[in-house]
Amino acid sequence: MGKFRKGGKREMGAISTASLPDIVFMLLFFFMVATVLRTEEEKVRVIRPEASELYKIEKKHLIRYVNIGPPMDKRYGTEPVVQLNDQFSNSAVIQEWIAKERTTLAEAEQSKMWVSLKVDQDTKMGVVTEVKQELRKASALKVLYSASSRQRTGSDQ
Amino acid sequence: MARRELQEINAGSMADIAFLLLIFWLVTTTIDSDEGIKRQLPPPVPPDIDVPQAKEQNVFNVKVNFLDQLLVEGEPLDLDQLKDKAKNFLIATGDGVMSHNVGAKTIGRNREVEMITGANGKTNAAFPEREWVRKADVKQRIAEYEQFVAAADTDKKKDAFGKVLDGWREKLTTIELFGGDYKQLPSSALISMQNDNNTTYNTYLQVQNELQSAVNELRDELALEKFGMLYSQMEDVYDRNKEDSKTLEKITAVRAVYPQRISEAEPRDASANYY
Repeated sequence: MGKFRKGGKREMGAISTASLPDIVFMLLFFFMVATVLRTEEEKVRVIRPEASELYKIEKKHLIRYVNIGPPMDKRYGTEPVVQLNDQFSNSAVIQEWIAKERTTLAEAEQSKMWVSLKVDQDTKMGVVTEVKQELRKASALKVLYSASSRQRTGSDQ
Repeated sequence: MARRELQEINAGSMADIAFLLLIFWLVTTTIDSDEGIKRQLPPPVPPDIDVPQAKEQNVFNVKVNFLDQLLVEGEPLDLDQLKDKAKNFLIATGDGVMSHNVGAKTIGRNREVEMITGANGKTNAAFPEREWVRKADVKQRIAEYEQFVAAADTDKKKDAFGKVLDGWREKLTTIELFGGDYKQLPSSALISMQNDNNTTYNTYLQVQNELQSAVNELRDELALEKFGMLYSQMEDVYDRNKEDSKTLEKITAVRAVYPQRISEAEPRDASANYY
């Protein structure tokens, strides 16, 4: 009695956790490589509306972004402003901006450029319409109204 | 003096450090998703050109005012009823192909469908006139245009006739795929949306979304019934393999019955009194 482990049975050794850091590091590196860091600074606050009929653009390098929303920094006011690339802008320079962005694409792909409109959901349409009119003048006709996904209305599935 | 042996540093906490790094990374990075509703803007119109007005009967008018209220075909409407209303406009009922049970399933109110066809088969004046695409007519047209192409003396004419010919051939494949004649919306039929400068963007997008959703659901239903596959799935299949001409034919067929024509009215001067 009391002498359980005398007879032959060896104790199981603890599993070595020495390789755990390596595994976690591998995970870390995977995420570092797989995620794309935001290349541009967000200067305006954009809460995207929700929609169900979404389209996903596969070729991300064809997309140019126009952000519209109230400035992050309250010192610049609370009225919605247009952000192109890294800076505050206005709709008057959009034609020029489109022309410049077109040159960054290969010639064969210039007509395939998309303009993604990231617009805050509380923005009034006046600003957006102005931008859209400028895009038309610049012949950048393919637009994407950026939205986050939700269920279809009235769907019972 | 005997020197003490250097002790090995315990590496047990290494995992914790790595985990901390990993979690930090997970929290700080955002995976940018670029999803949205795609639209093709109309090309700019020179100011001196008057755009021809489409026939009122063939246009589904949606107006949104500065209080985000909807006026659909001249009547106030809630946003959640918009989809059904737009579907009613688009459904091409009648005999032939479109006799599939679309109304009962999606709208759940057969009465409305009856309204479209009418008791005696006449179409209601509130809905667009639909044209029959009949096999005999299409075959005749194809024969005509084949002659035109053969007789054309310049390349330009040949191209022009060839394009029309391709259009008729597409209609023939559509009839064959559906196994019967079908009704199509007139080419002037469209869904028109107009908004105020003070409409909020969210409402604007919800309206766009509902209209798009009406088209997509009808297409899905038709495709599911005729080809046993959702329209969106067929598009995915075709996107993966652009060589797949069979699927492309099916996609064109569904599009022929339910075309997507959602247009936005030219913005007007806010000072002009239009409502």
